[in-house]
Amino acid sequence: MRDVAVIGIGMTKWGELWTKSLRTIFVESALLALDDAGVDKIDSMVVGCMSSGLFVGQEHLTSLLSDYLGKNPVPAARVESACSSGGLALRQGFIEVASGMSDVVLVGGVEKMTDVTGCEATFALGTAADQEYEGFHGLTFPGLYAMMAVAHMHKYGTTREQLALVAVKNHDNGSKNPLAQYPFKVTVEGVLQSVLVADPLRILDCSPITDGAAAVVLCPADMAKKMKKPVVRITGCGQATDTIALSSRKDLAWIESTHIAGQKALSMAGRKIGDIDLFEVHDCFTIAEIMITEALGIVEKGRGGKAVEEGLTSLKGKFPVNPSGGLKAKGHPVGATGVAQAVEVVKQLRGEAAERQIKGAKRGLTQNMGGTGGSSVVHVFEAE
Amino acid sequence: MPNPARAWREYPQRYRLEAEKCTKCGYIAFPPRLVCPQCGNRKFAKTKLAESGKLLTFTIIRVPPEPFEDQAPYAVGIAELADGVKLTAQVVDCDFAGLKVGMPVRLEFRKLYEEGEAGVIYYGYKFVPE
Ligand SMILES: [Zn+2]
Repeated sequence: MRDVAVIGIGMTKWGELWTKSLRTIFVESALLALDDAGVDKIDSMVVGCMSSGLFVGQEHLTSLLSDYLGKNPVPAARVESACSSGGLALRQGFIEVASGMSDVVLVGGVEKMTDVTGCEATFALGTAADQEYEGFHGLTFPGLYAMMAVAHMHKYGTTREQLALVAVKNHDNGSKNPLAQYPFKVTVEGVLQSVLVADPLRILDCSPITDGAAAVVLCPADMAKKMKKPVVRITGCGQATDTIALSSRKDLAWIESTHIAGQKALSMAGRKIGDIDLFEVHDCFTIAEIMITEALGIVEKGRGGKAVEEGLTSLKGKFPVNPSGGLKAKGHPVGATGVAQAVEVVKQLRGEAAERQIKGAKRGLTQNMGGTGGSSVVHVFEAE
Repeated sequence: MPNPARAWREYPQRYRLEAEKCTKCGYIAFPPRLVCPQCGNRKFAKTKLAESGKLLTFTIIRVPPEPFEDQAPYAVGIAELADGVKLTAQVVDCDFAGLKVGMPVRLEFRKLYEEGEAGVIYYGYKFVPE
């Protein structure tokens, strides 16, 4: 296998982008990434998108996006793994470069979510759960994560305030990110007084509905060195699946797919969790971040809530989690999220994260997750 | 409107709680599967779910998906039945404030929702506190 480097990153401002179509937001980010890499010719492209069919009534993104990027007849693939589609696209691009099949690969992620009503968006997102045995009973995604929260609170004594502190931390970080959808701060009281969505989760525990895209350019590390670019290598890549239905899991307060994917990625990189300087993880709901810090081994089982309270995962803590603002403040255009995590980690490792820069960051990790943890993708990045 | 075949295909499970038991390791598959996730065996014998169990977790849905709009707020939970099977369903005939992890529940046959005026009326099981 060849060493793989990220040589270009691109992301535009996320939000409710009424004036822009799916193809436009994708191409804008892809062009930023190509310009950043200083390349024009690509050998292949991979795009992560969860549900353009349900969100904008458009499939066949391989043709649409390569066409509007002006790259026909380049080979293209779209990959889908619910909210981890972006992370999976990165994995497929990584495999393609590592294998020697292609040299320069553009990896993108995109989701255009505001062309449908809130109700339709809820339905589209709900397809990431078991439609016949979860959705059929009136469950929503906030509802599923709420049940994980209740299980975690019951088993470990995690508190309502600790959940709120995740939102407070990530909005603090997001307020330093000009590309974030909601770059404002929130308070614990503000979270606790926000409207209930699925008890005990309130609206400020939830990531928003977002239009957005992100892209990175990959190539062999040897080629990157010759290009005299700041080289960030992808040194670890792990993925794992689990049951689609939450009810089938052995432990409702534990995300096994993230645990396995994390172990695989770290072992490929030859690193331990303590070697990592920053983390971008899938905080689709506040409880998710708490459970992910446990599954990755940043803290012990049951200690995730305490860790936020103690500031372990804040920007200046020992293990900064979601310096970008996470899905919570940055936004969550589902298919784009996994790629945007890579964009943030590369920015941090290049020292280009401005106000939210983690000093001397050399190694970063991304964790992207589908559904309630039915799939997880983890990558490890290292600066030269 | 979806093809009603999608609804009646699930009737054995939803109406009669039919499940399948792995002939090798005893794993109970609900809904039925072709491969045992525990031992890989492909042979199953018909069985029926236990009708009582205990609540493992729950939530109250305040922002419902469209077909359930007229029902919100409503409670949904995951229960572990006496035979070890875990499944998701609404928790009804209960006081939200009285819901507790570990509380005993039983399965009852109820109406879930209807697909507009001319569509399928969906029935299935719900949890009722004992
Ligand atoms: Zn078996």
